[in-house]
Amino acid sequence: MIPSHTLPRVLHGAVGRPLTLEQHEEAFAMAERPGTLLEQLEASGLTGRGGAAFPTFRKVQLIRSQRHHTKFVVVNAMEGEPAAHKDQTLLSANPHLVLDGAEFLASMIGAKNIAICVARDNPTVVNHVGRAIHERTRRSLRGPKLELHTPPWRYVAGEESALIHWLDDNKSLPQYRPQKPHILRIGHSPALVDNAETCAHVGLIGRYGADWFRGLGTHDSPGSTLVSLSGAVDRPTVLEVPLGTSLRSILEAGGADPDPQALLTGGYGGAWLSGVHLDAPFTNQALGPLGGTVGAGILVVLPKSGCGLVETQRIAKWMANESARQCGPCAFGLPALADDLAQLTHGSHDPQAVFVRLVERCGVIEGRGACRHPDGVTRLVKSALNVFAEDIERHMRGAPCTGSRSSQHYVQVPNLEREEELVWE
Amino acid sequence: MGMRRKVGGFVLRVNPILCDGFGHCHELAPELVKVDEWGYPIIVNTPTPLADLGALESARYAVRGCPRQALNIERIAEQP
Repeated sequence: MIPSHTLPRVLHGAVGRPLTLEQHEEAFAMAERPGTLLEQLEASGLTGRGGAAFPTFRKVQLIRSQRHHTKFVVVNAMEGEPAAHKDQTLLSANPHLVLDGAEFLASMIGAKNIAICVARDNPTVVNHVGRAIHERTRRSLRGPKLELHTPPWRYVAGEESALIHWLDDNKSLPQYRPQKPHILRIGHSPALVDNAETCAHVGLIGRYGADWFRGLGTHDSPGSTLVSLSGAVDRPTVLEVPLGTSLRSILEAGGADPDPQALLTGGYGGAWLSGVHLDAPFTNQALGPLGGTVGAGILVVLPKSGCGLVETQRIAKWMANESARQCGPCAFGLPALADDLAQLTHGSHDPQAVFVRLVERCGVIEGRGACRHPDGVTRLVKSALNVFAEDIERHMRGAPCTGSRSSQHYVQVPNLEREEELVWE
Repeated sequence: MGMRRKVGGFVLRVNPILCDGFGHCHELAPELVKVDEWGYPIIVNTPTPLADLGALESARYAVRGCPRQALNIERIAEQP
């Protein structure tokens, strides 16, 4: 049993050389099970690590209460965010822990099938997972059936209803869910969708129990989390930190710029956080009032020399292109937002009107899509308008900052070469 | 149609995936549906009381008039 206070917990082993099943069983010895799994999961207070931070126990209980002879557990390792690398790092270091967690979840809800979804654009990870599944089936054919699925990589393809849609009907498009909570179904079978990191934590809770899990983190957000750190850093890394670590020490551990202008928290549908809040602990409870979010554990560091407006504009443009174009407000609204931001950044004949229109459009678009994709973009844009207010003022006066003229960018955005040939499968 | 108790309210809901922005709902129920600059409906979010028969009537017209059948009326129990 690994002591509760040491890290790494889930990120065990070397990235790129995944532990074999034997090594995995040696590293994470099976302790005698502390009580029933479900009670342990409830007591642990684990929240989903995919971005929404929804309590995993409540999700499990909802699917568990459904009466159906077939159920599915879906492990979401799609990782649509270009700035996130945590799931691929986890799966290329320790795939069996994720599979263990998925099997625990399957036993809790009574599922006979587990689908692991990895984007096909990432063949190394697909290979690692495929090999891990092969090792397991060679050992024993008992237990739930493991399947590897490789949907195409798109930003919204990792959204849970889009993922289920892919498994159900080979279309990775989000679905309309009028009532909440909505039970996602493959065919008629209810499916439990959980992030790969959440599954890894479940794998550990099933072994060592809730008290062990609560050995790290704060009371409201217990446990540890993976953080993908990029931007103005020595090299982009994935770190495992206890929740509640101050942002400053995360940046220090990752070798980042110690005095940044701002941080992008939560991902591309997240929010900018001003650099003055570096002492805030990394939890949703603490970051929420400041305007930030933990999200999928993404931190992008923007140094003083960068221009937040340019970065936001690049993200918004890419996110507009990644829209599934199903809902009008998202398909037409996001390009309009990106266009307004470009006019603010590079100047227009009436910047004041552009600014007013941008704020208005943010309010109009919000909450009117089938999924949360447009809401994420408007949240990002609104936080940028708050955090970079002075800079925007300067841009509007026609005296943009030096950062906006440099060609160096800090937020990684995939290039839009294939913009015209965007095909939705 | 039997007598329904006119308690609680209703909200018009749109399925944004089906909606193609024809704008018929805005024509048929202007008090419940506004239109954004791209022609897609912005629906009044606060529940309208069911007792407001005129609004209910126009909401029904909007539901029936939608070429994509993207609208429906959701009844909401009265908040205490």
